[in-house]
Amino acid sequence: MITQNEHLDDLKEIRTIMERSSRFISLSGLTGVFAGTLALLGALSVYLYQQDYFLGRYFNRGIFDRSQLLSAAEFRSLVVFLLLVAFIVLVLALGFGILFTTRNARRKGLPIWDSTAKRMLINLFIPLVAGGIFCLALLYHHHIYLVAPATLVFYGLALINASKYTLNEIRYLGITEVILGLISIFFAGYSLIFWAVGFGILHIVYGTTMYWKNERVNR
Amino acid sequence: MKELIGNLNKNFESRVRLGIMSVLMVNDWVDFSSLKETLNVTDGNLASHMKALEGEGYVEVKKQFLGRKPNTTYRATLEGRKAFEEHLAALESIISSNK
Repeated sequence: MITQNEHLDDLKEIRTIMERSSRFISLSGLTGVFAGTLALLGALSVYLYQQDYFLGRYFNRGIFDRSQLLSAAEFRSLVVFLLLVAFIVLVLALGFGILFTTRNARRKGLPIWDSTAKRMLINLFIPLVAGGIFCLALLYHHHIYLVAPATLVFYGLALINASKYTLNEIRYLGITEVILGLISIFFAGYSLIFWAVGFGILHIVYGTTMYWKNERVNR
Repeated sequence: MKELIGNLNKNFESRVRLGIMSVLMVNDWVDFSSLKETLNVTDGNLASHMKALEGEGYVEVKKQFLGRKPNTTYRATLEGRKAFEEHLAALESIISSNK
């Protein structure tokens, strides 16, 4: 009987080692909650900065009115503002993400910077960098209304790619982001709202789920 | 019962070897220090078990230099994978036959 229990323990240990050595499991759900909140604040600030442009001006219900077009200078300042907000949101979200994930890893007694973390990040950043350059090119060609859908689609693809090396929830988050991004291309006038849903609300929802499922239990 | 135990592979009897094979089953090349970290074992312990598995032809070793530091990486051979899977199947059948 003793040997049977030993065998069972062996199998259990094998399963945890396989899981632990191939996937980065310390990713904290709080990362998503904070990133989502920051994204909502960012989207709100863009909306307040130039609300007409996103909801009315560009797709002005089929009525063309010359006075509603943005001047070149206005357009340039909008692009600068967008990039600034995006940069601040990115830096803060990354900072909080690293903080929470490090804390989570320490609590689980796992190394934070190991081969699984590296592998996850490399696979995340390949589609993400490609998407980033693609979006800069869109801005360069003044297709600003396509930037929000493109960020959603590329970000979703990046998550799907990285999900092979981390928690399973990330895969479903990625698929949802891609679908949302694809829908928003057809409703370009509302891209800021789609963006806020994708980067804000979805992050908060998935982050909370991940936190409840994976982290609260360990306390 | 005896027959079932006979299917267990003697080479995988140690916990450390089970651990090594578990890591190598789900990864490609893994270097010595990450193996050590994952399994929480000492250098000497890991090295001696690694040598044994290498002797059986279950793992393949690649030694190279990263700059000036020697870097040893390991990978499970096809034979090793097969042997480990058989061992796992044997473990499972023992457990389920005793239920």
